Amino acid sequence: MHDLTLKALSDALSARKLSSLEATELFLNRINALNPRYNCFVSLDEERSRAQAREADAARAAGRAGPLRGVPIAHKGIFCAKGWLSTCGSKMLSNFVSPYDAHVVQRLNEAGAVTLGKTNMDEFAMGSSNETSWYGPVRNPWDPEAVPGGSSGGSAAAVAARLAPGATGTDTGGSIRQPAALTGICGLKPTYGVVSRYGMIAFASSLDQAGPMARTAEDLALMLDAMAGFDERDSTSLERAPESYGRDLTKGLKGLRIGLPTEFFADGLAPGVASAVDAAIAQYKSLGCEIVEVTLPNMRLSVPVYYVLAPAEASSNLARFDGVRYGYRAPEYRDLDDMYEKTRAQGFGPEVKRRILIGTYVLSHGYYDAYYIRAQKLRRLIAQDFTEAFAKCDVIMGPTSPTTAFKLGEKAADPLQMYLSDIYTIAVNLAGLPGLSIPCGFDGQGLPVGLQVIGNYFREAQMLNVAHQYQLATDWHLRAPPQPEDGR
Amino acid sequence: MIPYAAPVFNSTALPFMALTREDVLRAARLARIAIEDDEADAVLEQLGRIFGMIEEMQAVDVSGVEPMAHAQDVMLRLREDGVTEADQHELFQSVAPRVDRDLYLVPKVIE
Repeated sequence: MHDLTLKALSDALSARKLSSLEATELFLNRINALNPRYNCFVSLDEERSRAQAREADAARAAGRAGPLRGVPIAHKGIFCAKGWLSTCGSKMLSNFVSPYDAHVVQRLNEAGAVTLGKTNMDEFAMGSSNETSWYGPVRNPWDPEAVPGGSSGGSAAAVAARLAPGATGTDTGGSIRQPAALTGICGLKPTYGVVSRYGMIAFASSLDQAGPMARTAEDLALMLDAMAGFDERDSTSLERAPESYGRDLTKGLKGLRIGLPTEFFADGLAPGVASAVDAAIAQYKSLGCEIVEVTLPNMRLSVPVYYVLAPAEASSNLARFDGVRYGYRAPEYRDLDDMYEKTRAQGFGPEVKRRILIGTYVLSHGYYDAYYIRAQKLRRLIAQDFTEAFAKCDVIMGPTSPTTAFKLGEKAADPLQMYLSDIYTIAVNLAGLPGLSIPCGFDGQGLPVGLQVIGNYFREAQMLNVAHQYQLATDWHLRAPPQPEDGR
Repeated sequence: MIPYAAPVFNSTALPFMALTREDVLRAARLARIAIEDDEADAVLEQLGRIFGMIEEMQAVDVSGVEPMAHAQDVMLRLREDGVTEADQHELFQSVAPRVDRDLYLVPKVIE
């Protein structure tokens, strides 16, 4: 039963083959048994989950259906959820029980989804391995000595280990797509502005976007249908007519033009990743797609541009953590400034402090134009590259990450190596485009490889169609990691 | 288009200079993060390498390019000038480190 996709579970609930309470108990039991091994979840509240499940069962009995009614899911620790410990992976928020729901949480609650718990993540979403979490690293279900990617590493590992059929994530520079790739699941970062950021603890506001993580493209569509939509409490939420993201799933792909950027297949791409992605492209050709070569000449600058803009925005956003209104306060201090300085020195981990310092420096007197404005100009050039590429193709494809899952500790001491893990994903956030990752094979070590599909603005339904058609022809997305009870 | 802060300093030609220990300590002061003396050198070393990578931005000519502050060219919405929020101060202050009589308590600022 735990191996069912979100859609299959939803169908089983509709057919009254099981109740939401039974499904919820099943996943809570798995979490209790296996979370010590993977460290995916930071907070559980089983009674609260059961109460939501009973409510969903009562609603179904009263004729209120809906595809997510009674389906248990996990929420990334970055989302505020009323009454839940909402820690963002940080000591700073280790005591923060949110007094309100994020828009995403509210929408999924209204759709009847049951919250199984809050997942582990890199602290304030700053990291690509889940090793910056104050709650310790998450382990990759495919190899417990390897990282799950980050920052949505807890959500990704929970879905991969079948501890939840779906989970929410957020993506500022690749934080949904890269962990999805490294754990062999699917993840979608929507167009900037499609999902409200209200109640999502802010990292870099011009780049942050929430999205679904699950095992199939069809499941992503079901979750995104509930998550997307206008919200006046987010000033960047877009007022658009609601759409069904699964409406085009069954369309054929004949004549679809796939752009392959030369820059995605250059130096630094692991051979095992390259061959799996090549095989996926060959599969798309056999489905009737045309391959077009495109170029993104400024993409190589996306990492330096990102490490100016994201820290600049973070240094401003994280100024709110001062030990006054919520969260951690240092136990001892001399005066107000000392309280701020000690609270922030003790409450933030090393990577968060590093980024706040970078951001503070690039915004400071005398450096603003040289760093911040220059980075914003380059951001426009990077976005224009995509506009030119999309004149020649319908979707862009390439690897999601240059390598498969790396070992715990392998890059933790070298921030620059870690930053390069997002070299294929960051440009998409800078441009504000939608991107998704689906499993497309394994490398020589048996670790999953992700295929990245980048769409034009608001083309989520088309991207999900492209992913679904591949999943009808292949079974990579159905492969499960070794189960601990198998004795492996 | 959401407006970005107008450039105050005409310093686009400013060279990227090597980061110093004083720069790190100044940024830490501005960011209100205490850094111990024995930490400063390690932080400087790591930030120095990151700024080395950031310097790659210098390789491209950006003259005449409009800065891009945001992914979507949207106007900020206007709304009716009316009360939209209920008073929930007790709920919101329930998660504060120290509150007394509806006030957040901090160390004395003025003697």
